[in-house]
Amino acid sequence: MENVIGLAPWLVGFPLLGAAVLLLGGRATDRWGHWLGVAASTAAAVTGFVLLFAMISTPAEERVVDHHLWTWLSAGGLDVDLGVRLDPLSMTFVMLVTFVGTLIHVYSVAYMAHDPHRRRFFAYLNLFVAAMLTLVLADSYLLLFVGWEGVGLASYLLIGFWDHKRPNAVAAKKAFVMNRVGDMGLIAAMALIFANVGSVQFADVLPAAAGELSGVGASTATWTAVALCLLLAACGKSAQFPLQAWLGDAMAGPTPVSALIHAATMVTAGVYLMVRSAPILEAAPTAQLVVVCVGAVTLIFGAVVGCAKDDIKKALAASTMSQIGYMMLAAGLGPVGYGFAIFHLLTHGFFKAGLFLGAGSVMHGMDDEVDMRRFGGLSRFLPVTWITMGLGWLAILGVFPFSGFWSKDGIIETAFVPVDGQPWRAWLFGSVALVGAAITAFYMSRLFFMTFGGQRRWDDDHHPHESPALMTVPMIILAIGSVALGGLLAVGGTFTTWLEPVTGHAEHGEPVIPFWPLVILTHVLVIGAALLAFRQYAVSRVPVTAPRGSLLTRAARRDLFQDATNETLVMLPGQVLTRSLVYGDKAVVDGGWLGLGATVTQVGEKVRGMQNGYARSYAAMILTGVLVIAGVAGIAAAVSQ
Amino acid sequence: MEITNYAVLACILFAIGATTVLLRRNAIVVFMGVELMLNATNLAFVTFARVHGDVTGQVLAFFVMVVAAAEVVVGLAIIVTIFRTRRSASVDDVNLLKG
Repeated sequence: MENVIGLAPWLVGFPLLGAAVLLLGGRATDRWGHWLGVAASTAAAVTGFVLLFAMISTPAEERVVDHHLWTWLSAGGLDVDLGVRLDPLSMTFVMLVTFVGTLIHVYSVAYMAHDPHRRRFFAYLNLFVAAMLTLVLADSYLLLFVGWEGVGLASYLLIGFWDHKRPNAVAAKKAFVMNRVGDMGLIAAMALIFANVGSVQFADVLPAAAGELSGVGASTATWTAVALCLLLAACGKSAQFPLQAWLGDAMAGPTPVSALIHAATMVTAGVYLMVRSAPILEAAPTAQLVVVCVGAVTLIFGAVVGCAKDDIKKALAASTMSQIGYMMLAAGLGPVGYGFAIFHLLTHGFFKAGLFLGAGSVMHGMDDEVDMRRFGGLSRFLPVTWITMGLGWLAILGVFPFSGFWSKDGIIETAFVPVDGQPWRAWLFGSVALVGAAITAFYMSRLFFMTFGGQRRWDDDHHPHESPALMTVPMIILAIGSVALGGLLAVGGTFTTWLEPVTGHAEHGEPVIPFWPLVILTHVLVIGAALLAFRQYAVSRVPVTAPRGSLLTRAARRDLFQDATNETLVMLPGQVLTRSLVYGDKAVVDGGWLGLGATVTQVGEKVRGMQNGYARSYAAMILTGVLVIAGVAGIAAAVSQ
Repeated sequence: MEITNYAVLACILFAIGATTVLLRRNAIVVFMGVELMLNATNLAFVTFARVHGDVTGQVLAFFVMVVAAAEVVVGLAIIVTIFRTRRSASVDDVNLLKG
């Protein structure tokens, strides 16, 4: 491990270099820019593999390595070293980001082939990969924050990539501003941590939170505040309730962006932050409960919204939100949950990226049509897309033995384990996770059957066709991951053991429903929901224009009024405040000074009349003045005597 | 003769001079008014020098005379120049400098 750790900074270096060359090189790099982007990402992936094999061949207890690079900040009591923390958790992310990232780079070469700004697109993609790797490799909250902002920037640039269309620019701005709300949480958390621990390095903070350092530490209330601030940050980045509203609009970006940033990697950064800060969460049980609640609410929220969306990308976005809700829920469940949260994150990264790439392939074949009511019967025309998406669909359903089963079932089972001997929590969150799985099965099957099953509903001027190999090969590789990755890593608890150097060893408690009945119950619900969707969207006709629908459907179509709520509760008061401040500024401050000026001008106009040009009248004024002064002086002298 | 009378005379002369300056239009006459005011002050200076038994007032009277002589030279030159350019010796015709 020690002899290859020096490679770790190059994980960030390669894509950063790629982005710099592509952005500074300008048009000169247009012809080969996309291949440079792919090469930079591939180089990072190869470096990642080298480090992964080095880590596997290292004994488990030596797998957490802090690699110091240089002293970054030294200001008063704050000393921040810039360095890399490589451990199984960051290694997992490195592999996910570089591997899936490289596949999506390759896919984008074909997907963006007709875009005049393809080079810029690859520059931003490389920038994103560099920022995301900075985020996961950071050894301090401050460096993590740099990556955190970097991915936010890349996300903003890529959502608004086609910013000549106004809604895209608005969507990018919305994502940026909502992320900013979360970022405030991270800044506040860092300030609190520094005030109480005197450092923002993971190596100092996390042991302090775990109570392993004598003399350094803080009260439970402080750790609760820190954890809640971190949760706010995670909610912003991971589109969790109540900061979830930006994710649906973020689908304005090109589809590979949705696959990489808004499904597989960036939006899961919140879960990473939670698991990375695990000791802080454990020092604050109340905050843990809040994390679980946020996850539970979001997972139902996203699932309900997903059932009503007709836009294939927005349905997938709602699904992403819901799946990250699962991860959050697991992250709040303590040491047993961390493993499953990251495991689900990993498998989700594969199958959701695959589903998004599949959606992109469908759009590619259907002239950028996204309305699923105008798809139907596409399985004959896009066989590879159909099969790869089908495998991703089975994976997200959590059907045995696909990837999703191993991770999602783990979460459901963990949710059914009583925390601190409180069975109500097990029943509540377990049922939420179970119901969420059923709804997930329904809306994902609805998406799948509306797209590939049933009758064709598109016009004759569409000519659906399979995508080129550059697009299908990444989809096939991701589909293989969706099928096999979960099983491979779950057998014998390989993955949870792998994460143990970070999350600590935890004994699995007894769920309130035994393991096998739970698995069977989950499968019954999931298959039942899928069959319901099959009957409704593959067997019976799907109307091309959406029917009015029930009250819940209409609410879900409007994202359960998330925008209306935000606009009424946050935007409107803010606008009223700023407008009244502007009015106050104009009326009081400007008005005061302008009024003063106007008064002086008017007085001047009046006084001007006295300057009549007659020397005699000036002399008279002088005389009068002298007489007045003399009179006043005389009176003053008389009074003072 | 009572010393107060000199002071009263100085005041009367000053008032006559000031009235002349304020009321007459002819620049020469105005100028004469100014001279009258200057000499009224001279008289007041000398009078009060006498009252206080101090020569400072008399010295100042000499200064005033010297300055008045110089002022007459400059003032008359200005008046003549104005008369040449404007064909008038009225102070009211010189009214370009107004607001």
